[in-house]
Amino acid sequence: MTMPAETDATSPKHLRDKYAIVGVGETTYTRGSGKTTRALGTWAVRNAIEDAGLKPSDVDGILSYQSRDSTFSTFIAGDLGIRPNFYMDVFGGGSSTEALVGMAMGLIEAGMCKVVVIFRAMNGFSQVRIGGTGARAVAPVSGDMLHSRAYGWQSAGQMFSLTFMRHMYDYGTRPEQVAAVKAIHSEHASNNPKAFYKQRFTVEDVLKSRIICKPLHLLDCCVETDNGTALVVTSAERARDCRHPRTLIRGVVGRCNKPRTDMHYQHGPISTVAGKYAREILWPNAGVGPEDVDITGSYDAFTFTTMLQLEDYGFCKKGDGGQYVSDGTIRLGGRRPNNTSGGHLCEGYTHGLNMVIENVRQLRHDADDSCPMGPDGKRRHTYDYREGGCRQVKKCEVSANMGWANPGTGSAMVMRNE
Amino acid sequence: MATQATYLGMPLDLNDLDVENVAYFKHCAAHDFHLQKCGICGLLRYPPTTACPWCASPRSDWVKVEGKGEVHSYSEVHHAIQPAFKAHTPYLILLVDLDTQKGHPTEHESLRVVGNLTTPDGKLAPPDMVRRVGIGTRVRMVFSDVAPGLAIPQWTIDEGAAQPAKPWRYPQE
Repeated sequence: MTMPAETDATSPKHLRDKYAIVGVGETTYTRGSGKTTRALGTWAVRNAIEDAGLKPSDVDGILSYQSRDSTFSTFIAGDLGIRPNFYMDVFGGGSSTEALVGMAMGLIEAGMCKVVVIFRAMNGFSQVRIGGTGARAVAPVSGDMLHSRAYGWQSAGQMFSLTFMRHMYDYGTRPEQVAAVKAIHSEHASNNPKAFYKQRFTVEDVLKSRIICKPLHLLDCCVETDNGTALVVTSAERARDCRHPRTLIRGVVGRCNKPRTDMHYQHGPISTVAGKYAREILWPNAGVGPEDVDITGSYDAFTFTTMLQLEDYGFCKKGDGGQYVSDGTIRLGGRRPNNTSGGHLCEGYTHGLNMVIENVRQLRHDADDSCPMGPDGKRRHTYDYREGGCRQVKKCEVSANMGWANPGTGSAMVMRNE
Repeated sequence: MATQATYLGMPLDLNDLDVENVAYFKHCAAHDFHLQKCGICGLLRYPPTTACPWCASPRSDWVKVEGKGEVHSYSEVHHAIQPAFKAHTPYLILLVDLDTQKGHPTEHESLRVVGNLTTPDGKLAPPDMVRRVGIGTRVRMVFSDVAPGLAIPQWTIDEGAAQPAKPWRYPQE
């Protein structure tokens, strides 16, 4: 495609198209992996390096994110024979993927290393439940938690619901509009042999499922799973020697915040999320705007998080998010499909990394669906999106990923193919 | 000396090093609501912090603040995560705009204080009371006593205030 002319970027030296994602890899999305996070991480990193057509000895940087629920990157590096010139394990879940891609670009730009792998390994179902059950639910309440957990305000759903509810009040957003996100992502997942939930759900199924904490039904919430996921980042030049067509990084914004980052509740409107601020960095850096994007990966920890971000990154007018996610735009075959793998709601929960993996494969025109394989080893995509069929987006040149940590914090990335 | 206590079967731990929270909860224990007022810009802040979020000044004084406001948003929890709350569902988590400093320093800012909906004596509200509350409900602060020297602020319906004809509630009951 023709890219728009240079526009102003936030920094005088942006890195548009200078870096690429060259490898993606994951383990099976399960509930009960039967493996340690060390083994899951090792498999995911190994798969991503192999996908890039590189060897572990080509990798010299390794980054990970976790919430005291995973293995440090030095173990994974050692186990695979990677000798890092840089490693770092950061604290955090959602919004970390895009932020770490930005860090990887900075590391290479600074001459500190040449090929960086990023991984997230978690037994999110069988060991540490993100929802906060198990050991996390009975830990003593102290410090800032005296103002939250003491009120039974702890899990992600409970924490975010105040934002979700206020959006319904401010803009008239209806439960059935938001439920469409689950229905549509489940249609996508039914065409993804890797998805943990391949079953299709309807809007009515969502509304009939039990209430967890209003406005969230069970099916408005994502599925906690066990998995390892990984990406390989290197320079656009080096990427020419890798296995797949290049997926170039246009622009990144990492862990951008609303004022008062304390869950943003002191600084309203609380129905507005970090994307409102992040978009001011993302689109100028990327040199494209929402209208140029063919496919999105808007974080779906909950149906509402997908909607709120698409709205605040400017894919529709403020307040029209309910309409945008329910009018067919985000469905396969629609103008701008979202989370074509099924995302966190259906494929599996990875704190954002699988949504980047999916968009890399889409940009390569290599979505791993059930379409027949040609003699050259590439799928012959049919673009028939019926259950069990194709999930490759036909015109797919520019993607946008939007990661979510909480209503007040988000990250994003624009990628393109050639 | 650190205050350790049990509330609804849940261990609470107020650490001596956490001086702002120690001061905050000391007032709460006397059923008195105090917030820090910045010594430079004069703005109140919540929750307690070492510096002012608007001007970064470390100077502040604890001042008495009226515990009255309006429900800005809420969640009604039916599936409790913490064992302590499983016997009390559905319970409400309220985010309340205090009348004091509402719309300051910018129009979208307020002191938004979290709490559960409780009875006037600080017990988690029964279901018929939960169903009366939504966005716009006028509430007043009460306290749940936890232990000598520790109480946590809560919200109850302000029966003396003019209430909206119908507070906004999630459409599915």
